[in-house]
Amino acid sequence: MAQNEYAVRLEHVTKTFGPVVANKDVSLGVRRGEILALLGENGSGKTTLMNMIAGIYFPDEGEIYVGDKAVTIRSPRDALDLGIGMIHQHFKLVDVFSATENIALSMGGGEKFDLKKVHDKARAICEKYEFNLDLDQKVYEMSVSQKQTLEIVKVLYRGADILILDEPTAVLTPQETEKLFSVIRNMKADGKAVIIITHKLHEVLSISDRVAILRKGTYVGDIATRDADEAKLTEMMVGEKVELNIDRPEPVDPVKRLDIQHLTVHSAEGITVLDDASFPVYGGEILGIAGISGNGQKELLEAIAGLQPTESGASIEYYAPEASAPVQLIGKSPKAIREAGIHLSFVPEDRLGMGLVGSMGMTDNMMLKSYGKGHSPIVDRKAPHDLAETIKKELGVVTPDLNTPVSRLSGGNVQKVLVGRELAANPIVLMTAYAVRGLDINTSYTIYHLLNEQKKRGVAVIYVGEDLDVLLELCDRIVVLCGGKVNGILDGRKTTKEEVGLRMTNLVKEEQA
Amino acid sequence: MSQTAAAAREPLLRIAKREGTTMPQKIAVRAIAILLALVVDALFIFFVTGLNPLAVYGVMWGGTFANMTRFSWMLRDLSTLLCVGIALAPAFKMRFWNCGGEGQILIGGLTAALIMVYQGNNLPLPLLFAAMALGSIAAGALWGFIPAWFKSRWNTNETLFTLMMNYVATSIVACMTNIMRGQASSLGTLNKATKAGWFPVILGQRYTINIIVVIVLTFVMYAYLRFSKQGYEISVVGESENTARYAGINVRRVTVRTMLISGAICGLCGFLIVAGKDQTISTASANGRGFTAIIVAWLAKFNTFYMALISFLLVFLERGASEIASAYSLNEYAADIITGIILFFILGSEFFINYRVIPRGAHKEGK
Repeated sequence: MAQNEYAVRLEHVTKTFGPVVANKDVSLGVRRGEILALLGENGSGKTTLMNMIAGIYFPDEGEIYVGDKAVTIRSPRDALDLGIGMIHQHFKLVDVFSATENIALSMGGGEKFDLKKVHDKARAICEKYEFNLDLDQKVYEMSVSQKQTLEIVKVLYRGADILILDEPTAVLTPQETEKLFSVIRNMKADGKAVIIITHKLHEVLSISDRVAILRKGTYVGDIATRDADEAKLTEMMVGEKVELNIDRPEPVDPVKRLDIQHLTVHSAEGITVLDDASFPVYGGEILGIAGISGNGQKELLEAIAGLQPTESGASIEYYAPEASAPVQLIGKSPKAIREAGIHLSFVPEDRLGMGLVGSMGMTDNMMLKSYGKGHSPIVDRKAPHDLAETIKKELGVVTPDLNTPVSRLSGGNVQKVLVGRELAANPIVLMTAYAVRGLDINTSYTIYHLLNEQKKRGVAVIYVGEDLDVLLELCDRIVVLCGGKVNGILDGRKTTKEEVGLRMTNLVKEEQA
Repeated sequence: MSQTAAAAREPLLRIAKREGTTMPQKIAVRAIAILLALVVDALFIFFVTGLNPLAVYGVMWGGTFANMTRFSWMLRDLSTLLCVGIALAPAFKMRFWNCGGEGQILIGGLTAALIMVYQGNNLPLPLLFAAMALGSIAAGALWGFIPAWFKSRWNTNETLFTLMMNYVATSIVACMTNIMRGQASSLGTLNKATKAGWFPVILGQRYTINIIVVIVLTFVMYAYLRFSKQGYEISVVGESENTARYAGINVRRVTVRTMLISGAICGLCGFLIVAGKDQTISTASANGRGFTAIIVAWLAKFNTFYMALISFLLVFLERGASEIASAYSLNEYAADIITGIILFFILGSEFFINYRVIPRGAHKEGK
């Protein structure tokens, strides 16, 4: 049978969570010496499907074959015994242990505990596939990319010859991604089967041999990578043709809205997360903020919003459209900023943990910032209800009812509710953090479009992003943060991905342009 | 072969979330739970105690419904428990674990008792009641304020803090008892001769005012949590402090304000217990209601009308248990087991309302 060449194969697999069908009748396989990209939008069931191979979930229906034998995988240990290893998005490592000790943790029960032997065997693996890993380093001293490398070495150590990587590049810089891809190619050359989950099309095209596509839990089909291009893959993923160009109108008459000077923030643990950051923000342009996550982006936005205590010497001056004198935002609470008539909208990274109240419906969430208006002790729900109705209609929010808790809505709809409310406040400065994280392609483009609309209205838009391609296509200027420092302010139209990526990881000595 | 191998090794039971349970289904699940509880109880009663289960159930029912007196006792106990539940609801809705209801009741009750004893013969009646009410409210509010203030300033753990405040209040009550009565273990009935500070008898009972006050509180607290701006703030703070800060809510102020309210109503409850129910104060005046009321508030998800229903259930079972124990001179523990089984099944039924259990292999034809 032809199917025997597959290293692992799923047959008619279905998995449901309550009323939600995560995977429906999916059949696919990966061959030895092949890199299969599993492509699909968020919520299309990629991770669920892989979790069934890795033993996290048990399929409701269907069979899994390893080689030509039907197998039952009830736990990650079962999966490893069958040679299947999965690298999850969130690493499962013990921080205070060294790399070797972490590898030793995954040893089988029968082996004798001998760190020296573990170390030697792990070193051999590293050399074979050209991993760059210091086996004696403690995990808490490692960068994200090193931790990921360690996770891969860990499953290889256990003898995995089928590797599943769940969005491995989401946390990596372009340079680190290249390095990862080269070791993946080494593993392929060694005859391993590799499945890589991603939704970044250009990566799919550069690394994979074959692409399998999921849409809303069902298997759409597969295509050899050499026959594919971005437009074709998107169409298979979304089910319709999508315009993939982001509009970038020239800024018209930019005026200074915010002047940030010497902004330093220390975390609760005393670590400097933002170090003497200074830059201006103009109305009528989109200012991108690039950086590896955790390099001060969150603190920066929260400091502007009045949510983050800053060190002395910092200044954030706000220039209102009419008033002559700038207003100092440092030291003002969010309420004081609002009461000073400053229209500052903020779409935070943590949508349900900060921007919205998950257990409340759309209506109650609309009044989060405005419930205090007027002197009556009773809440007025009429205006928020109307606003919710309008947003639901205009942005196409899918919700059974305006009072359905927003935490039950899908990620895209949650973001529409949040963005809708923030735009309805007629912002003069609009801050967004990872505005399209986890959203499907169509919703992402809706958001880009909305941001451009605001830009054309003369709003100063700050866009903290992680996808460099989008940052380069959308933003007029890009501030690159590295270790909490402003490491260059680049022209979005002229700079390159390599330049941004380099500045994200290496502090540049020369004077910034 | 693979088919059977897979089926045999599939987990025995799996649990899946259930969505869209309809009202009739919910009622049916609960009815089945009560029925099952009665069956299990019958087995216990018959095989362990040797009694006739149906007769025992009759006595239990009679604990509340035998006559008007029993019924009004039930109302008295219900109103006291519900009052504490209402007091705790805003705190717990704000995710502030106020385990200090006990102490807040005691300190409120003590204040009322002291005013009753020392001012009972000086003040005209309306003024006396006003002084007792305000005094107990202030004392309860203070007992709520202290842990809230420490929490908002230094982020102390409110669970431990409020619990320890209970011991302080209990000790103060014990201490006052000693001061006023020497070595006596309780104060005995206060103002026995003059009855100053006792609620008047209405419809044959002194605690009629208690019931009326609690009914009013039930409506007021419902409206407060549901429709007021402050209630909205409580919900937001309870859900996420980050969101509250983002919305410009002063979390410290809301924390302190809400605990003032929570403590104040507990204090008021102490006043109701002293003036309308016991006419005395002792370390046992709160009788664990500060803790039982936590269950009441949580189970009802802070809806005060559901809280009334749950208070009724708890009081009904408690009265039933003591009735069984005395009627059959049963060990009290046996009676508690009987009511405990009923409670267990009713609470357990909530699981089956929210989840369904799929036995091995059932999905094949179940789909």
